[in-house]
Amino acid sequence: MKIAVQREDFDAGAEMRALSRDPRVGAVASFVGVVREIPMTLEHYAGMTEREIGKIVDEAKSRWRVMDCTVIHRLGELKPTDQIVLVAVASAHRADAFAACEFIMDYLKTRAPFWKKEQTAEGTRWVEARASDDAAADRWTEKKEPKRYG
Amino acid sequence: MVKLLFFAGLREQLGTAGEEIELPAGVTTLAELREHLKSRGGNYERVFSGKALVRMALNQEMAQPAAPVKAGDEVAFFPPVTGG
Repeated sequence: MKIAVQREDFDAGAEMRALSRDPRVGAVASFVGVVREIPMTLEHYAGMTEREIGKIVDEAKSRWRVMDCTVIHRLGELKPTDQIVLVAVASAHRADAFAACEFIMDYLKTRAPFWKKEQTAEGTRWVEARASDDAAADRWTEKKEPKRYG
Repeated sequence: MVKLLFFAGLREQLGTAGEEIELPAGVTTLAELREHLKSRGGNYERVFSGKALVRMALNQEMAQPAAPVKAGDEVAFFPPVTGG
């Protein structure tokens, strides 16, 4: 398991290849978040961030058959088209890999202590949390858990 | 002493990333600590009585207002998170 919070960019392909070295791995699902349109600065709560992501990954492991996992989140100044976050999950089969990847991403958005500040033409502004992100995370606690693949 | 940390918009509004304070008499929970900070007036009153949500973490774990606080703790105040 790899959790990294860093200023540097990452190579998503290399990270995914690293997850598929184990011959028991049959699926690697991933998500890459990218800066859209507006330059931004990302700050975090050092220490708590890594712990919180670790707890989210542990929760995913308790729910699905996860063999390995990589989460990388960037900090500092980012511009449109820059990569922000990578979540990649290795499993024997795609159903567990897809579900765990989506779960980790939904929880990361609502629980990991990161904050985005956008630089617009009018000045800077802190991004406000979105109710739709809370709703996405809440899906996983409801009885009707998102449908799993066969 | 209790270590206080402020992040993102809160840090900017308060003009500080954090401080160490002695827990005032009668302050035993996060809610009471928050009330104490609010009672400082000025920017603190604006931040802690405003409409904007303020989340709290106790020793780097998300915490509810009723959580007990004691000397040696690290308490962080911040807006709802927006990473990912």
